[in-house]
Amino acid sequence: MEYILIKTLEAIATFILAFIVGMTYGGVVRKITGRVHNRLGPPWYQNFIDAFKLFSKTRGIHHGAMHFLGAAFLMVTSVVSLMIIPVLAPGGHAWYNSWFTNMNFNGDLIFLLYIMTFGPLGMAMGAGQTGNPNSSIGVTRGLSQMVGFEIPWVMALVALMISYKTTSVIDFMNIQRETGTWLMFANPFAFIAAVLAMLGMFRYSPFDIVGAPTELASGPVSENGGKFLFTMMSSGSVFTFAKLVLYVDLFMGGANNLVMLVVKTFLLYMIPVLYGIVSPRYRTEQAVRWFWGWPTFIGLLAILYAVMF
Amino acid sequence: MYNDKNSKKIVETIQNWARSHSVWVLAYGTGCGAIEIAPTMTSRYDAERLGFRGAATPRQADVMLITGYLTVKTVKRVVRVYEQMQSPKYVVGFGSCTINGGMYYDSYNTINLLDKYLPVDVYINGCMPRPEAVIAGLAKLQQIIREGKANGAEKYLENLDWYKANQRKIAPKWIAKAPDYNW
Repeated sequence: MEYILIKTLEAIATFILAFIVGMTYGGVVRKITGRVHNRLGPPWYQNFIDAFKLFSKTRGIHHGAMHFLGAAFLMVTSVVSLMIIPVLAPGGHAWYNSWFTNMNFNGDLIFLLYIMTFGPLGMAMGAGQTGNPNSSIGVTRGLSQMVGFEIPWVMALVALMISYKTTSVIDFMNIQRETGTWLMFANPFAFIAAVLAMLGMFRYSPFDIVGAPTELASGPVSENGGKFLFTMMSSGSVFTFAKLVLYVDLFMGGANNLVMLVVKTFLLYMIPVLYGIVSPRYRTEQAVRWFWGWPTFIGLLAILYAVMF
Repeated sequence: MYNDKNSKKIVETIQNWARSHSVWVLAYGTGCGAIEIAPTMTSRYDAERLGFRGAATPRQADVMLITGYLTVKTVKRVVRVYEQMQSPKYVVGFGSCTINGGMYYDSYNTINLLDKYLPVDVYINGCMPRPEAVIAGLAKLQQIIREGKANGAEKYLENLDWYKANQRKIAPKWIAKAPDYNW
């Protein structure tokens, strides 16, 4: 009984941490974008105000049951992947390191590969119900782009799985602690392929073909206002954090405390953000072709490297 | 405890503060005023530091900016867009054209006073208003949102018959068989 209570508390603490860090990152990104544009930019807590405002909208129309499922699937995806990914490296000395591992289990990497594509699929159903043509176009583009970046991403993960004969994120973190080498140096090709896939995963320019401001009117979410948009915004923030933590766990040895976690995830997050600020937007076929070019080749090299060494 | 008058008032104060500091603007660029939106949002005047941000669709927007004259044709679209927005929602009339018709006051196909067709919260005078004037008008809007006086959506629902009658006068055929959509 006590065990379950403690586990529940850990899960809630993880979620609150992910929500706060994810939303703050969103605000900081807007600030950085503003500074790059030679503007002052909004304050870093602007995303919290936006979310609260969206939540306190008094009206919110819906287009039927599937419309709710779109937001619900996104929420489920982000929360479940956050629960599966161990947030801090286990086995450290501090008392809180046993926290935040949550529902981690052997073989979670394969489950994560599946669950991370679950949200966009749910979004496709929800966007279809709204009947807005922009939503349908956005969903089509999003799924095409997913087909693009999933291939180098899966290749990078398969390379790691072949090298270390495991599919558990915890095992990867333990291996990195025991050998003292981060996997980004142990198999650099896998890391490069994964980072290139990450550019598409976070949907900043030049791969913002899903939302496509001024072109598609925010794409799949164009019929969602008020509380629907609040749900999507907050689960998007949590999902961003979860994905960053997964990258840190796999390639940068995990983090022993929360400060290191924030530093590492922030540095990783700056790769797609800063690349995005100075880039224009690709068309769908250009984006897919880009992902199936060099990133896939580097992923292939990663697998060869894993098999041969 | 949660439903008594004082608690509701406190919650509403916080909500109004958040609404006033996060205003998503749907710029309905009907006339020449749309050219003033670009400098207002970009690095010279940077309205984003005050919490303003462009909204992509009416569902996500809080404020509709009517930037210039409205012809009979565009009034139909503006009414439809306004009804798709989720309340609380506000309308800002931009330039002289929305107040008295401006230089098109005697045109056969433009409306003269926007307030007869939609509840306008703030007017920004000028032909065209410079970005300073736009920011001053938006700051005024923030102030009345914070005071809880920006209740255009309720006004529209209360006086729906009057607004619909006015709209029907200028576009009789369209309103008689208005498209079926829910708002």
